[in-house]
Amino acid sequence: MRNEALDLVEQGSLREEALSFEVGDTVDVHCRIQEGTKERIQVFSGIVIAHRRGNGVTATFTVRRLVAGEGVERIFPVHSPKIASLVVKRHGVVRRAKLFYLRDRIGKATRLAERREKKAE
Amino acid sequence: MHTAILATKVGMTQVYDDDGNVQPVTVLEVGPCKVELLRTQEREGYSALQMSLERQGKTVARRESRIEPEVRQYEVGEQLDAPFIEVGGKVDIIGTSKGRGFSGVMKRHNFAGQRASHGVKKCHRHAGSTGMSADPARVIKGTKMAGQYGGTKSTVRNLRVVRYDADRGVLAVKGAVPGPNGGLVTVRSPVEL
Repeated sequence: MRNEALDLVEQGSLREEALSFEVGDTVDVHCRIQEGTKERIQVFSGIVIAHRRGNGVTATFTVRRLVAGEGVERIFPVHSPKIASLVVKRHGVVRRAKLFYLRDRIGKATRLAERREKKAE
Repeated sequence: MHTAILATKVGMTQVYDDDGNVQPVTVLEVGPCKVELLRTQEREGYSALQMSLERQGKTVARRESRIEPEVRQYEVGEQLDAPFIEVGGKVDIIGTSKGRGFSGVMKRHNFAGQRASHGVKKCHRHAGSTGMSADPARVIKGTKMAGQYGGTKSTVRNLRVVRYDADRGVLAVKGAVPGPNGGLVTVRSPVEL
């Protein structure tokens, strides 16, 4: 289905090394922020609650966190050069691809159980 | 010199500019175009060339473009390039907008329609009044009403060229272009009005 001409145009806009994370992970997203001529890094940390629009250049993911008791969600384009790096802090145990049910929960109910890699026997 | 070339619309995607901001772009497949025949001042009363667009070895479309034969001579069968397209420059794109058939005033003219409740009966998407009373006792010509919408010639001017690969004929311009994916469009150098 993919067209060669589209691929050609998107080349150079794709991230060279794919971000590795999964829905349910608690992540730190390091964003580049331009202030005048200076550039600094701001960290947005929260739970990845959705990954949308496939794997192409238009793909996005949504990170949710609580700021002063208020839920804040930020949608990042996966391939944006403004994302300097992404660090996975914790894997969560999840059973669905979109964690929108977390929006309806408050307090302790918003926690996800941690998924630990199985030890090699 | 010719100032237009034929292309087909491939579809839309996005790229990042130097500042890392998303740019919505439309990808077009330009050419290959060749000169089909020439119109001359002596025979037709104007100078132009007719170009044809090829897809899979078949001619799929023909369009005329005015030329100034004093500036450059053309020959029938000659392959046309597009020197007026350059990255960072601008182009106009002419196409046929998507046909929407017989459409109501809300879609066609962005009317607000009427209320969902408060006594509105079966007129929720109607236009309302189309004029005055006994004077002038007629509807003014040009009043916006329902009718055929889309499927007409549409020009988008001054689109910025984001990418251009002349060898493969791949062009990306910022913003939307009229018509469906796969539709025929004409890319021309911007016209000063």
